[in-house]
Amino acid sequence: MTEITFRQALQRGLREALDADPDVFLMGEDIGKYDGAYAVTQGLLEKYGPDRIRDTPISEAAFVGAGVGAAVAGLRPVVELMSMSFSLVASDQIVNMAAKIRYMSGGQVKVPMVLRAPTGGGVQLAATHSQSFENWYASTPGLKVVTPSTPYDALGLLRSSIEDDNPVIFAENALLYGTRGEVPDEEFRVPIGLADVKREGSDITMVGWGHGIITLLDAADKLAETGVKAEVIDLRTLRPLDMDTVTESVEKTGRALVLDENWRTAGLGAEIAAEIGYRSSDYLDGPVARVGGTDTPSPYTRPLEQLGIPQTQWVIDEIEKTYGL
Amino acid sequence: MYLIRQFEEKCGEMYTRGQVRGFLHLYIGEEAIAVGAISQLQPHDYIVTHYRDHGHALARGLDTNRTMAELFGRVGGLSKGKGGSMHLFDADKGFIGGHAIVGGQFPLAAGLALSHQYRKTDGVCVVFFGDGSTNQGTYHEVMNLASVWKLPILFFLENNLYGMGSRFDRVRAGGEDFYPGAATYGIDHAAVVDGMDVIAVQEATKVALESIRAGNGPAFIEAKTFRFQGHSMADPVKYRDSSETEAWEAKDPITTFPEDLIAQGLVTEAELAEIRASVDAEVDESVKFAEDSPFPPDEELFTDIYA
Repeated sequence: MTEITFRQALQRGLREALDADPDVFLMGEDIGKYDGAYAVTQGLLEKYGPDRIRDTPISEAAFVGAGVGAAVAGLRPVVELMSMSFSLVASDQIVNMAAKIRYMSGGQVKVPMVLRAPTGGGVQLAATHSQSFENWYASTPGLKVVTPSTPYDALGLLRSSIEDDNPVIFAENALLYGTRGEVPDEEFRVPIGLADVKREGSDITMVGWGHGIITLLDAADKLAETGVKAEVIDLRTLRPLDMDTVTESVEKTGRALVLDENWRTAGLGAEIAAEIGYRSSDYLDGPVARVGGTDTPSPYTRPLEQLGIPQTQWVIDEIEKTYGL
Repeated sequence: MYLIRQFEEKCGEMYTRGQVRGFLHLYIGEEAIAVGAISQLQPHDYIVTHYRDHGHALARGLDTNRTMAELFGRVGGLSKGKGGSMHLFDADKGFIGGHAIVGGQFPLAAGLALSHQYRKTDGVCVVFFGDGSTNQGTYHEVMNLASVWKLPILFFLENNLYGMGSRFDRVRAGGEDFYPGAATYGIDHAAVVDGMDVIAVQEATKVALESIRAGNGPAFIEAKTFRFQGHSMADPVKYRDSSETEAWEAKDPITTFPEDLIAQGLVTEAELAEIRASVDAEVDESVKFAEDSPFPPDEELFTDIYA
């Protein structure tokens, strides 16, 4: 085992894939000469050259769609968006091309493409740069969506995503790049579509993903001080959703909380809460507790920005309100 | 060209009978472009096109029966009936789709061209598009990207003067010729051709492809053409004068080309009659094939979403 950062895990995964498969190439805005806006692709241009590490114009629709075309032709592009917020400019290519070309051709082609993007807010980039549209893409058939929260999951999921024959949205919460964690030196994969119990407990199931896991683990620590044993489930993949792991835990604890850092209304958290209620109402001691981001744009100024992002205390308060714990 | 014309006439008839549903955009009047251009391609070249795609499909040699069955929504169709008229597809023939989000096909074409460049083949991707799509951002983005990367891509504009009901001069600031705009993106090989003249289209395409295969990066051809019928079957064509249509119909390649061939002594009336009879039979057969093919089984709703 070696302790590395989330960013280093991604770097390792990209280098391995570039070494292992000549069909793998990277493209995106300033991923080469500049070393990447978040330095994930640092040093790759030098090692692999401009054919495989391609700096693109600021034309998200063009280069995301070009990734689809290259993938249809059998290559395995890993495309980087500088921000998930910018994916809106390419959303037609993501939703109408990447997700549908296989279906509409009756299965004639595959789209083995990974679309990586930093996501999330909390660093005062204001409303248009602080969004997490992986939530939206999770409702689109034809796409897979993964949201690692640890270096281990980042590397394991990146390996699986690059090897997958489908378009995978790989959402990297930007607050996680510098976080550290143990990663085995030997080969491993984290399968797409498998949730992970990040902390075991018997009193309440807390479900989240991405950066939200840090909040939930922190909340679990605080709850433990008052004797409440919380189980934390990291979905890791938003599409396909692993509801079986969630259900098993909820039916053990009899209580559930869903944390969705995005807008609370009509977000993925609502879907998960509804599904928990639908599957496990006989086991629940009360309604599914919900914590979500405020239904507001994310302002620049720090006090207001933080007011909109779910905090540890919100989780604790919500559990007390719903279940009296 | 005659096959495309007869196929399209039959599609119109089948639409009226309710066998073909959804949106149906006929290629009638524009046949010389698909035939002239696609005849110059190699089997390993890619084609990407828009929703008025039957002509390109048939010119590429997609099976007439399976094409008609696709329009009928039958399991024997090219894509088992999941795509329909606007989304014809045959990957084995490098035919990577009709696409119906206007301009959505440009980025895809760039990626297909990139795959040829990446693998160091001499393959090319031809992307067909209409004048309407040139007002989409993807047109400009991909012209630039293709030129910066010197991608082997042929931009083929089928300028039929109308984007649905809007004549180009109502929605475009750049004048009646589009091809000079290619130079803005550093695409030096840009030509204009009479889209009603199949030999002229052939020649222009041949020269453009030679330039691309020589490694000079993308090329651009603008073919001036006209659709004789409405935008789709739903279009009553209130926005243009019938005299404009008549002027273009006088240049109809389906009549003018055979006349030229006969005048040059390259073919006889009898030989033409034989070709026509065989094409007519092929089109009739495609309808029979489509009618005989069942609708896809229910489970097909759930297949082909993921590989």
